[in-house]
Formats: sequence, C-alpha cells, structure tokens
Amino acid sequence: MQDEVILVKEFRKVYGDSPAVDGISFEVQRGEIFGLLGPNGAGKTTTLESLEGLRQPTSGSLSILGIDPTRQSNRLQNLIGVQLQSSGLPGYMTSKEAMEFFCAYHKVTTRPDLLIRLGLGEKLNSQFSTLSTGLQRRLSLALAVAHEPPVVLLDEPTAGLDVGSRVELHQVMRELQAKGTTIILATHDMAEAEKMADRVAILLNGKIVALGTPTQLTATGSGLVKISVSSDTACLVNSAELFPEVEKQLLKDDYMIYYSRDAGATVPALLDYLKAQDDRLVDLRVERPSLEDRFLEITQPDHSNRG
Amino acid sequence: MTAFTHHFMYDFRTGLREKSLLMLNYLFPLGFYILMGLLMTGLNPTFAPTMIPTMILVAMMANALLGLPNPVVESREAGIFRSFKINGVPVLSIVTIPVLSSFVHIILISIIITATAGPLFGGGIPTNWGWFVIILILSAFTFASLGMLIGVVSPNSRAIVLLSQVIFLPSMLLGGLMIPTSMLPPALYRVAMILPTTYSMNAWKGLAFGMETAFDARWSVLILFSSAVIAFALAIYLFSWDSKNKQHGRNPLLALVILIPYILGAIFLVG
Repeated sequence: MQDEVILVKEFRKVYGDSPAVDGISFEVQRGEIFGLLGPNGAGKTTTLESLEGLRQPTSGSLSILGIDPTRQSNRLQNLIGVQLQSSGLPGYMTSKEAMEFFCAYHKVTTRPDLLIRLGLGEKLNSQFSTLSTGLQRRLSLALAVAHEPPVVLLDEPTAGLDVGSRVELHQVMRELQAKGTTIILATHDMAEAEKMADRVAILLNGKIVALGTPTQLTATGSGLVKISVSSDTACLVNSAELFPEVEKQLLKDDYMIYYSRDAGATVPALLDYLKAQDDRLVDLRVERPSLEDRFLEITQPDHSNRG
Repeated sequence: MTAFTHHFMYDFRTGLREKSLLMLNYLFPLGFYILMGLLMTGLNPTFAPTMIPTMILVAMMANALLGLPNPVVESREAGIFRSFKINGVPVLSIVTIPVLSSFVHIILISIIITATAGPLFGGGIPTNWGWFVIILILSAFTFASLGMLIGVVSPNSRAIVLLSQVIFLPSMLLGGLMIPTSMLPPALYRVAMILPTTYSMNAWKGLAFGMETAFDARWSVLILFSSAVIAFALAIYLFSWDSKNKQHGRNPLLALVILIPYILGAIFLVG
C-alpha cells in the first residue's frame, strides 16, 4: 500500500522575479489524504494548479501516477478529479447539465446518484449561479469525483460552508479514501486538516517549513499545554511567576490562560493556589497544542510569542 | 449523446436562456426588422428590394459581434476554461461550439425574416435561392468566427465593446445596409471595402438577387470564405485557457491578419 501516487521533486515556480514556490519536494501515498496548509500566497494553489497541468514548473518535476501533468495533461484527465477554488462552471448551466457535460467529456455514465447523495436532488434543474455557496461546492465536488478518479485535488473545498455541509463533505472524502482514492487537500482550516489529513505540509513563502502527520507536527512545536482557568476573584492576575512550569500567561474572556511545559505539575499547583487564596474554581480546561497553534508558531512567530 | 452534442445543446440553450443573449439573438434584430419594415419601405423605395439581406446582416452582427464574444471573456475570467481543460474539453470544441450555436441562431432568425419580409413589407425575394443560402451560410460563419476572434483576443468586456463597435457601427453606416456603397464618396467607399457586410451585400445582390454590382460578386464570395477560415484559425491559434497564466500567451495583434482579405479587396476591387 506504500506506493507513491504523487511525486513532487524540487518544484519551483517563478512569476516575474519572485518565486511563488521555491524548490519543494513531497510525495503522497495511495489512499492518503495529504493536507497543504499555508497562509495566502504561500504557494498552495500554484502547487495544485501545476499538478493539474494548468501551470508549467520553472524547474523541478511533478508526476501523478507516473504522468507528467505539464507534458501529458491529456493522459491525466480521467485520472484526476479537481475542485477548483473558483467556481469553474458557467452560471447558466444547471446541476443536471453540468453532470451530463462533464461525464460526457470523461466518457462515463452520468451520475445523478451523486447529486442526490450530496443534497442536490431538488436542484437538478437549478442554474449554477442560483445555487448557494454550499450547494455550488457540493456540485463541484460531485463533478470532481463523478468519473471515479484515483486522485482528487481539492482547493479549499469547505470554504464558506455551514457546519452540516462541511460534515457531509468530510464524510464523502472519507468514503473516497476508503475506496483507495488519493486526495490532496489545500485548506486554510487547521481543524479540517487536523481531522482529515493523514499528513500535512505547511508552506510558507513558497517553501515547505513543516511536513508530517498532524500529531508529529504538534509534538515538534513548543509543546506548551494550554490551561484555561476561571475563578470568582482576580487572584490569578499576574500569577505566572508562582508556577515555574508556566511560560506565558494571558487573560481572555474571563479566563486566565497559562501555557505550561508540564500540565501535571501546573494544574495541582494552580488548584492549591486558589484554595490558599480562598477563591472558588469556576472552570478549568486543559488542551494539548493543536495544529493551529503549531501553524501559528511557524507562520506567525511574533503572534505565537505574544500568546 | 456525445460530449460535443451535450456541449452544443448547452451552448445553444444558453443563447435562449440568457436574457442579454436572447435580446441580441432575437428580440433586438426582430424589433429592428419590424421598425425598419414599417418605416424604411415607405421612406426609401430602394430599401425593399434588399430588405432581406440587410435585416439578416443586422441580425448576424447583433448575434455574432455583440453577443458571442462576451461569454468567451467571462468564461476565461471566471476560470471556466481552466475547469474545461482539466476535464478534457478540447480547444476545438470551445471555439467551434459557440460559432456553431451562433450559426444556428442566425439561421433561425434568417428564416423568420426571409419568410415574412415579402408578405409583410413587400421585401424583395431572391431570384437564385441556391446562392442565397450559400451566401447566408458563408456570411453567418464569417461573422460568428469574427465574433469568436474578438472574444479570444479581448482582455476584458470593455475591449469587446470597443472592437465590436469598430466593426458594427461602420458596417451599419457604410457597409451597404442603409446606403448602397456605390453612393458613397471615394474615401468612404475604400473604408467600406474593409467591412465584411460590403462583401455580403455585394454577393447577395449580384448572385442571389440578380442586381448590378460594383465588382464581380464571386470575389465577394471568395473574400468572405477566406475571412471565415482565417478568423476561425486565428481564434483557435490565439485561444488562451487562463487570463492569469500568460506564459503561453500569443500576441493578440496577430488577429490583424484577418484584415488581409479585406485590404486586398479594397486595393484590387475598387475601380
């Protein structure tokens, strides 16, 4: 099962004088969901579009299932399914027409079942421009997977979706993965990446600055555990120096938040301190560092240091 | 149904579904036809004999020059062509289908005009139906290909308006529709000779309506044919999938090659 479906080697793409992507390398295994994370302009979309054959690398190489997307894009058309960031559909095309249109070009039978499965059953004759953002995204996903490609490239698939739609789309992605489909997911949503991706690459200024499973990435960060405490009085204000394992402290929404190297030592000390001050504990939460915390540490070190 | 048929059917239906296209393909030309039929046949006795080709040319220009190019630019801007590329839609289909669909709309409205101009407004009837149909087909392809070329080389909607009007307005005034080109002063006559309507009108008058023409109408057929082929080939050659990705962009000034047959006509056919 460890065969490489997507290979990116020293890929570089320069626009004018500035590199949008600067020598990145990664590989994606069959059946893997691979997250591409990064702030705006980090190079995610350029990487995806180059894999889709829409852009030519300045240097380096890309391949999907052994096919060079730049030189052999015709061979790739039935092997990849793509959900673009932009709509990619004419506004006057109905959902049903879009499905017939794309299936006809992929030479596969039309898939009305997919439209129904994705909640578009009652919108078959609705024009694309009249659909809500959520339904447009669902339709784009349906069209991307209708020809059952072994590789699916998704660019911000859940941007602007309500919670229900996101859950539904995540379920579809899991079903695709269960069938062995390889997925690259470019997203801004850290929670989505942490939940869905087997591995993620964090891009910053066109370079990969971190690559691994979400657990590996969060473990390689500062490792500070977030402890949020709410109590009846203000006795916790400026109390960080009382707890040796605490590196940072801040006040947010009635919660005193401590970032501790050792939650096991800090939490009992905090409780003892509250008791000694005759204060009453209202709420206590202990959270391990999330992918979002790690992402912020990498992409916005100043922000991260401020806590 | 094949992919090409699906694509064509969608594009054709859009010409009826989209309000601005419906207006340019049918409502504006038909309204203008009725107005001209009511007014001009009474005011200008020379109008009625050539009313059918005149009104068909107005319909062709509205459809192909004013209606066809905009969706091309919008599709490029909205990333629709990129999506088409990823899903295997070939350039040939993207260029051919709007031209074909425009052609069918033009034929439909031409049938309405041809069938009603005589009974309603006393419009002249062709004496040679074979040539009438051949010139209709040729002119429709010429204008549809020109419209596609405008869409392909225009970077935005403003450029479309400019380029379309550069052909549309002079054609209406000087292209033999309102005033016979033979009545134009020599300088304007030369300008008229670089307009496709001049050749369509010349060909129809000489070959389909048996009227006298300023030059051999068969040259007009040749020029229309060359222009249709050149415009179509240029549209395919200059087509770009993506407004953001200019690395394969070809120089849009190459589109000026389309002027060659008309300039040759203006040089060699003006006595």
